[in-house]
Amino acid sequence: MTYLLDTTTYILQGAGITLRLFALTLIFSLPLGFLGAVGKVSGRRVLTLPLGLYTSVVRGTPLLLQLFFVYYGLPLMIPALRFERFTAAALTFIINYAAYFVEIFRGGIQSIDRGQYEAARVLGMTYRQTMVRIVLPQTLKRVLPPVANEAITLVKDTALVVVLGIGEILRNSKEVVSRDFTISPFVIAGVIYLVLNYGLVWLFGRMEQRYRVYE
Amino acid sequence: MSDQTARNAAAGGPATVGDPAAGAPAIRVRTLHKSFGDLEVLRGIDLDVAPGEIVSVIGPSGSGKSTMLRCLIHLEAATRGTIEIEGQAIAREHDGRQESISESKIRHRCRRLGMVFQNFNLFPHKTALGNVIEGLIVVARMPRAEAVERGEQMLERVGLADKRDVYPAYLSGGQKQRVAIARMLAMQPDIMLFDEPTSALDPELVGEVLTVIKDLARERMTMVVVTHEMSFARELSDRVVFMDAGQIVEIAPPEKLFTDPDHPRIRTFLEKML
Ligand SMILES: Nc1ncnc2c1ncn2[C@@H]1O[C@H](COP(=O)(O)OP(=O)(O)OP(=O)(O)O)[C@@H](O)[C@H]1O
Ligand SMILES: [Mg+2]
Repeated sequence: MTYLLDTTTYILQGAGITLRLFALTLIFSLPLGFLGAVGKVSGRRVLTLPLGLYTSVVRGTPLLLQLFFVYYGLPLMIPALRFERFTAAALTFIINYAAYFVEIFRGGIQSIDRGQYEAARVLGMTYRQTMVRIVLPQTLKRVLPPVANEAITLVKDTALVVVLGIGEILRNSKEVVSRDFTISPFVIAGVIYLVLNYGLVWLFGRMEQRYRVYE
Repeated sequence: MSDQTARNAAAGGPATVGDPAAGAPAIRVRTLHKSFGDLEVLRGIDLDVAPGEIVSVIGPSGSGKSTMLRCLIHLEAATRGTIEIEGQAIAREHDGRQESISESKIRHRCRRLGMVFQNFNLFPHKTALGNVIEGLIVVARMPRAEAVERGEQMLERVGLADKRDVYPAYLSGGQKQRVAIARMLAMQPDIMLFDEPTSALDPELVGEVLTVIKDLARERMTMVVVTHEMSFARELSDRVVFMDAGQIVEIAPPEKLFTDPDHPRIRTFLEKML
């Protein structure tokens, strides 16, 4: 019993890192994705071209490869870009998830009916006012479900940083497994991931509920 | 001095004496052309609408009625031609060249106009009142309390005071269209454009929307109404425009156009409508 408790406590220490990575990624990639999407629908080529390149490269290559590239590859090319392990991981995750959010938000913005822009326009609103007051609030409601999916994937993706030797949930449980020849740490890790994701599902469910007042 | 001036003065409105716009038609259109790519949708439209006048626009599907209305309020940019709103150009052709007019000037000049769409285009994330005060707060920068007060008056005017806190999803089509009209009237435009305001409605809901528009007609709001409601065009308009293939075929008072049109095409069209 104490063994299980100790093991769980040890693995939960790793959960701190997992959660930090999770939170940092969302806090930065959501606004970045949002800005990127606004840039993409602006129709200005100086914005749409680089953004298009960015999202297709990032979404077209494995996250694991990107982790290796940022941690091992970048410093070989540019020595100044040598990051501490966790920083490298967080940067990679932010860049990676922002690309997905750009596409999710862009799809959300473009799903808003043209009539909404026209109604705003005949009231005398500028493009900016139309986006801020009319289009983006409706977009937020529509993107909530896909954003929730990404957040859940993110919880699981954090396990990838094990390859950089960062002591998060998975690495800590693996350590115990090889030390004590028991698989219970993996079960504990699985339960922790489940609980985290259950919490997320609940949270997003609440948010969707709040938006249900219209439509 | 025109009636308009007298009315403005009586209403404490801006003096129009010495104003170059005084005496100008509400809307003046000359040789308006509009193309979408290779498709020429408007092929030289000339039209004057006097202040207080009610003009109905009828014609077969695809003849360019909506496109003309949308050009008037610059939802579509004219390819060629001149459009003036109360004497101020939002498109101008000069010596065969199209002048460029700044986006902000156009937006400002178009604020004299309001437009109501076939499918309402209410903002679904705002209540009926929220829809009506949106333009007042964002565009007219009116303090919220004042905007709410005017918004409530506008809802009252279209008979929907009790729906102020209801979201569009919970309104009937007729109610939605009345909110859309209230939202536009709140901006106090001088001219209202209607693009088939009742076409998307179940027949039993058409009446309540027409009643609101008839009230406006009685107050002599300047209006251009694209409609399939021949009885409306007949009873309320001062003049009826018949469009076909991107051109105005005939403009005449309803008693003339509906009973004795110059063009046989119009007679054929009217027979089909009845
Ligand atoms: N944005 C656009 N791009 C390309 N073609 C367009 C566009 N808008 C309208 N058209 C075309 O222009 C023509 C005129 O359309 P418009 O909507 O003005 O006709 P209408 O008289 O209002 O018809 P209806 O009675 O069916 O509403 C049609 O052939 C239509 O397909
Ligand atoms: Mg039309």
